[in-house]
Amino acid sequence: MAAQLAFFILLTAGSVVFAWQVQRLRRGLAMGRPSERNDQPLRRWKTMARVALGQGKMGSRPVAALLHVVVYVGFVLINIEVLEILVDGAIGSHRFFAPYLGGAYVGIIGFFELLGVAVIIACLAFLFRRHVMRIPRFRHADMKGWPSKDADIILYIEIMLMSALLLMNTAEAAMDAEAPVVVGHWLAPLLSGMDENSLHWIERIAWWFHFAGILAFLNYLPRSKHFHIILAFPNTWYSKLSARGRIPAMPSVTGEIKSMMDPSYVPDETAVPDRFGAKDVSDLSFANLLNAFTCTECGRCTSACPASITGKSLSPRQIMMATRDRVEESLDKGESAKDNHLLDNFISRESLWACTSCNACVEVCPLNIDPLDIILQMRQYLTMEESAAPAPLNSMMSNIENNGAPWAYPQADRAAWINE
Amino acid sequence: MTDTLHVPILADMLAEGKKPDVLFWVGCAGSFDDRAKKVTKAFVKLLNEAGISFAILGSEEGCTGDPARRSGNEFLFQMQAMQNIEVLNGYDVQRIVTTCPHCFNTLKNEYPELGGKYEVFHHSQFLRELLKAGKLTIQGGAFKGKRIVFHDPCYLGRINQTYEAPRDLLKALDAELHEMGRCKKNGLCCGAGGAQMFKEPEKGDKDINVERVEEALATKPDIIATGCPFCKTMISDGVSHSGKDVPVLDIAEAIVQAGDLS
Repeated sequence: MAAQLAFFILLTAGSVVFAWQVQRLRRGLAMGRPSERNDQPLRRWKTMARVALGQGKMGSRPVAALLHVVVYVGFVLINIEVLEILVDGAIGSHRFFAPYLGGAYVGIIGFFELLGVAVIIACLAFLFRRHVMRIPRFRHADMKGWPSKDADIILYIEIMLMSALLLMNTAEAAMDAEAPVVVGHWLAPLLSGMDENSLHWIERIAWWFHFAGILAFLNYLPRSKHFHIILAFPNTWYSKLSARGRIPAMPSVTGEIKSMMDPSYVPDETAVPDRFGAKDVSDLSFANLLNAFTCTECGRCTSACPASITGKSLSPRQIMMATRDRVEESLDKGESAKDNHLLDNFISRESLWACTSCNACVEVCPLNIDPLDIILQMRQYLTMEESAAPAPLNSMMSNIENNGAPWAYPQADRAAWINE
Repeated sequence: MTDTLHVPILADMLAEGKKPDVLFWVGCAGSFDDRAKKVTKAFVKLLNEAGISFAILGSEEGCTGDPARRSGNEFLFQMQAMQNIEVLNGYDVQRIVTTCPHCFNTLKNEYPELGGKYEVFHHSQFLRELLKAGKLTIQGGAFKGKRIVFHDPCYLGRINQTYEAPRDLLKALDAELHEMGRCKKNGLCCGAGGAQMFKEPEKGDKDINVERVEEALATKPDIIATGCPFCKTMISDGVSHSGKDVPVLDIAEAIVQAGDLS
């Protein structure tokens, strides 16, 4: 009875805190402009199914894709066992489904155990890639401090959760040669020589560690890059579906220009925004902010970015991390951080001007995150609100205004090449 | 073939009561930049050779606004776009071909929502159609057995998913087509996109075009081919920087040179 009470207290506490975390996240995402990406629902579901569920963009890096799919499948399937953990915890039973499923139960548990072993191996391989192979995208300047630690914590937690599951089954197998487990029996000799009482305690502690660990991990997720396991789905649903090379037209500007070209045209004054482009996260769209919270900081974007490759300060991953950090700051500090902005406090002007708009970051992102969209909106702010484009770009633009070309040649000479 | 280029101006042609099949959008680089002008002329030679009825806007053409928009100047972009659309719609233009992937992208993807809806081709797509239709013959000639590596312009390749048209043309030259590791959707930018063409790069370890040219030269090419005036400039400068002497040619130039059409 005491165990059941403890179970319910833990479960309730874990759920309440998680619900509060989700609310906080919703407030963060609501800081952005409402998304216009609600069209073409069928295409959006398909994109979600292909990119998030089917991991359709992971394959370009096969080793990472294989390791990732092991952890992904492991996570999804092993969590089916949580159902039994919940039932056992609630009614005080032990392996509630075993009598109903019989031999199939042993098969299922054995499969979960093997997956658990595979997940541990994959997580160790991920740690190996980060700390021994030192793959450059994990060592880039923007990964210093918390981002690297976050990645390690996630891997450690996953290894511990899986180990607890295996230890639980091993202890049970050591006590009972008929226990409905598979890998547990293989590992049982490791615990030989321990008395029944100790094995019982190990089994119980491992069960509670696994259960409490799941709740703790659930609440770690929203503070971590690892929340992609959930946000990947809405994020891919809100993917940009229009032509990749299209920057959407600002309606207020269109109205202004139409009224210049046709004096009888009356522009819609309500369409004029408070600010052109983006200086802070509140100027960005909901989809931009969702992108930022979905980013799992894998750095494929940065490893494909021509500016990052050649040592410029721009890193597309840093654009996403900075956007999220600024939202988090606004959520946590509120008024006291109101004088900060995404621009300058989190993203440097130098980084913004280093972008070639080549779309490599957009192409490689396994979750259809779009750092370029944020960069371009921030350039719009710099140019249209502050006239702060680099001087050569200002010359280029005044040439276009004066003579319709980025260089200072008269428009009348545009066909002069014919006779040269 | 004669040396004189036949380049009708759209306004003149319409005044004579004739209507071209396609408008050739020359672009600013194609009109004013020395290296790009060679591409413009090469493409016109091919159009003349194939007997295509085309025209250019001449002094009525203006920058599409691409570099302004990507510098964040939405106002200037839309000014240019609306003026161009007024001209194009005024002449009832339906089909446009251009040698510049930046013009191509803007005309194709960004003008429609401002009222400019056209069928837009990059010249590699247009020439491939001519080749397929038998209106254009490509001769191996000078390039037979030569090693050619193709650099994908971002605004043609990754951004508009056009990878095979330029390659099909190069293959028709009987040349050996080689690929860099980073090609097609993973192609590395030359460093000029997003209005970088018009400014100095930010400080870093090296220039992007140098990085790209090192990769291209590692394939030991006799020729580096591309399909964008900005790429051509950046890659040519990168080759000069490397001290090597490898010609950098647009696809249209390669076809003209191979067939000795000049």
